[in-house]
Amino acid sequence: MTLAQQVLQQLINGIALGSVYALIALGYTMVYGIIRLINFAHGEVFMIGAFAGYFIITLFNIPIVPTLILAMAFCALIGIVMERLAYKPLRNAPRIAALMTAVGLSNLFQNLMVYFKAVGASPKAFPRVIDISRYEVMQDVYLTSDKILTLVVAVLLMVALQYIVHNTKMGKAMRAVSQDKDAAQLMGINVNTTISFTFALGSALAAAGGILYAVSYGKIIYNMGSMPGLKAFVSAVLGGIGSIPGAVVGGMILGITENAISAAGYSMLRDAVAFAILIIILLIKPAGIFGKNVREKV
Amino acid sequence: MKKFRPIISLVVALTCGFVLQVFINAGIINGYYDHIMSKMAMFIIAAVSLNLINGICGQFSIGHAGFMAVGAYASAIITKNPALLLPETVVGMPRYLLALIIGGISAAIVGFLVGLPTLRLRGDYLAITTLGFGEIIRVLLINWKFVGGASGYFGIKPYANFITTYLLAMLTVVIIRNFITSSYGRACIAIREDEIAAATMGIHTTKYKIIAFVMAAFFAGLAGGIYAHLMQSISPRDFSFLVSIDILLMVVLGGLGSTSGSIVAAIFLTFATESLRAFQALRVIIYSFMLIIIMLFRPQGLMGGKELSWDAVQSFFKSKQKQDLTSAKSTEGEG
Repeated sequence: MTLAQQVLQQLINGIALGSVYALIALGYTMVYGIIRLINFAHGEVFMIGAFAGYFIITLFNIPIVPTLILAMAFCALIGIVMERLAYKPLRNAPRIAALMTAVGLSNLFQNLMVYFKAVGASPKAFPRVIDISRYEVMQDVYLTSDKILTLVVAVLLMVALQYIVHNTKMGKAMRAVSQDKDAAQLMGINVNTTISFTFALGSALAAAGGILYAVSYGKIIYNMGSMPGLKAFVSAVLGGIGSIPGAVVGGMILGITENAISAAGYSMLRDAVAFAILIIILLIKPAGIFGKNVREKV
Repeated sequence: MKKFRPIISLVVALTCGFVLQVFINAGIINGYYDHIMSKMAMFIIAAVSLNLINGICGQFSIGHAGFMAVGAYASAIITKNPALLLPETVVGMPRYLLALIIGGISAAIVGFLVGLPTLRLRGDYLAITTLGFGEIIRVLLINWKFVGGASGYFGIKPYANFITTYLLAMLTVVIIRNFITSSYGRACIAIREDEIAAATMGIHTTKYKIIAFVMAAFFAGLAGGIYAHLMQSISPRDFSFLVSIDILLMVVLGGLGSTSGSIVAAIFLTFATESLRAFQALRVIIYSFMLIIIMLFRPQGLMGGKELSWDAVQSFFKSKQKQDLTSAKSTEGEG
């Protein structure tokens, strides 16, 4: 295996992992864009999505695509309920209160899952929904079917999201609310519905990410959402929080570097490097790669 | 009368501490509660110092556990290795206290190195950088074989007892309170209220932010050192992101910017976590529910930015008297 082949192989792995990060990061970034809240419970929606997929497959034994759709719908519902019950009453409260609530929700979701006998604290094997086969793209460079699935689904969802945000009425409302909530309300936009819709959209994407991650890694556990959730948040900040292309680029950067570090034999330092990259980029570009650096005027 | 108030407060606090210690020695308070009370005092140091950054200076830091980790490991290394840094003749309690100070200074140095570049970031960006920094420290500790890596650092001598921890907590509160009421503290509050306006008024914002940050880091390191000698073993897991969040919770629950609020919340939350142990599996579920409910119904925290002080107590009674007077008058008028 030459160096070039190795690099290419790691690039493929990195992009597959990066697209999962990107799917989660999109939810973070949209929610932040619209209500300026770091939704720490978002990583748990990712985990719930994976478990929803697990139960749907083991109970009904249906193929991956309908499973994805069902789990996404379920998590969209959870996202809406979460927003209505926990975040909506705090919309005018100090932002840190909403943040603490998000942390509380994250803890609550994790421990409720442990409390359910069907989930428990030990890892569960995710059912084999697709045959893992390897395709040789080049000499010694392989593409496995789970990576192809991840890439195809992630790209399709991102295209769909792009369409929703830029070509539908609801997308227009989302962009309007994220620019100025009060002005949007004056223009006759239902702010509450728009925020709920944003949560639904973000949670559905996280659910898809959760299932794709579970298919690739084959194992699910109640706390699987915390580290990818944190990494996805880092991706969102890296790309410029609030920016949709930023979240995708940030996710890719993180996925690729993480794989590169592991391949170089420093997998123990992987998490530290992810955060180090974040800090370095923020020091050079304080609002992230795609973030607008707004000068405050007095 | 007014000028004796601080002395009265100090005497009351000191007496409380010594009375509790006497109870512990007499066996009225058992070892379990002794341990919990020491833990409370340790968390008071951590919470009051985080309040200095988040509540007084208005900078959003969520990496406090990282500083605690630095202080904990630094002081534990010194008490465990008799030939290191301090002369070998210094043993026992003096060595522990000096080790705590060295732990605090190490944390302060790290705080300075972290704060210098990152404090120019604002709001959520600063938050995520401090979080990232906390995680980096944790990962580095996992990879450091000398202190046991991921499995932890064991066999730390149990120097931390209730009375020293209590006195250190008192000292911390006094120092931080005096800092807040000094011109430095007022500058920090000005930065919290409006950074641009503060800069226009000639306040060197970066300088004050770094002073507050380094000071908070020092006390976090102190708290970490106490934690190490209280638990007798530390591992990188003990200083994860969730611990930072726990301390932040104390600050937010107490009311951002209120030192007395942080103290009350630190006591309350430590007690709540311990007493919920009886519920076993349901413990964290109840705890998170409680947190969400408190935040939903009292988002400004228990004290809501106010302080528990002599003035507050006095004005409370005065306003009550006034209310009685006015209500009496109004009923007279009606009659």
